[in-house]
Amino acid sequence: MLRGIELALGGIALLAVTTLARAAGADTPPDVLVKDVTLEVVHIIRSDKDIQSGDRRKIVGLIEAKVLPHFDFTSMTATAVGLSWRKATPEQKQRLTEEFRTLLVRTYASALSAYSDQRFDFRPLHARPSDTDVLVQVRIVQSGTQPVSIDYGMEKTASGWKAYDVTVGGVSLVANYRTEFGSIIRSEGIDGLIRNLHAKNESLAQSRQQGKK
Amino acid sequence: MKIVLLALAILAGGCASVQNPDPRDPLESFNRAVYNFNDGFDKALAKPVATAYKDVLPNPVRNGVRNFFSNIADLFIGANNLLQGKAEEALTDWMRFAVNTTFGVVGIADWATDMGLDKHNEDFGQTFGRWGASSGAYVVLPFLGPSTARDSVGTVFDLHFDPVGNHYPVDERNAAIVLRVTSQRADLLDASRLLEQAALDPYLFVRDAYLQRRRSLIYDGRPPRESQEN
Repeated sequence: MLRGIELALGGIALLAVTTLARAAGADTPPDVLVKDVTLEVVHIIRSDKDIQSGDRRKIVGLIEAKVLPHFDFTSMTATAVGLSWRKATPEQKQRLTEEFRTLLVRTYASALSAYSDQRFDFRPLHARPSDTDVLVQVRIVQSGTQPVSIDYGMEKTASGWKAYDVTVGGVSLVANYRTEFGSIIRSEGIDGLIRNLHAKNESLAQSRQQGKK
Repeated sequence: MKIVLLALAILAGGCASVQNPDPRDPLESFNRAVYNFNDGFDKALAKPVATAYKDVLPNPVRNGVRNFFSNIADLFIGANNLLQGKAEEALTDWMRFAVNTTFGVVGIADWATDMGLDKHNEDFGQTFGRWGASSGAYVVLPFLGPSTARDSVGTVFDLHFDPVGNHYPVDERNAAIVLRVTSQRADLLDASRLLEQAALDPYLFVRDAYLQRRRSLIYDGRPPRESQEN
């Protein structure tokens, strides 16, 4: 009985916030979320002249505003760092997450600027409604080549579904960084990894400045 | 050929030993040397040629070239699918070939993809993997790039049965091979730029991506979960 009332109250509350939540992405199913965000970003890229002529700051701004809120960077960094994550101090964890996030955003920005009219094929979600960890599959179809699969590993959190890994053509981004990070941590420690990531980001920022003239 | 061997001998001589080698990559120091050699060759020749190709030729022409070679490859991909016991996929590959060769004018247009006949990615290395051969040690081949012991044997078969490589006269064949390599390199320009940005150690990044990618390809994008390593 109590359960029934709870459910009913929950239902009303849910109805009341559904419109708001949908806009904020808090209760959007993961596959719908991926589709909405992808199509919105592609639409902006197609219609924005500055982005088309290679305005990197604007692309990064677009990613920060539309894409980043749906990623769980702490979880991505923790998995990529592996066992050493537990030995890291809270400050080291924060630095690692920030540097890794910057690197991924830069890389993602170049990937987006290479986009040209490929067609997206959003695969149906194979999951039960009760699942809290799902794989959202998208394919990019282009003539003369095998479709490229992009799989988002997503987890349900209090603030909506968040991606914790992206697998492109069978290559998991997080798994790929794991060996690289592991080898640097073994030879230079966690602070060494932070230094390496920071230097990488600095050199990318610099070469971009030079590229702009 | 002699030059290649000489280059390899010099590379092998200059190898430093690697601490904590990855069990999948026992030849790391040698592989790194070949990787650097390939990278040098790419920067000096392959990449500039591919960049010029992309800058000079308009998109529809480049699509035509890509589709043309992709269409020839579909015959070969179908044969590998059949060897792997995937008759339905093999049939799709050969239907693609039939559709594109006729309606697509010798394969220049890829109508089959628009009709919903998906392109597949198969080769002998994948076929051997499907038959149960494990990948063996990771190797970087001169000019050809990342491979494994199994995939190197596969590549020998791939080259032997390659329709373009078996085309004569020789000067037509050579021109076709150069065009195909240029087209493929041009398609990878964006990806290689991404790699330069994303990787802290490009050698490790490429190696791990290759091994993950091959594993995924052998299982056609649905590899079983790996037992948790380290």
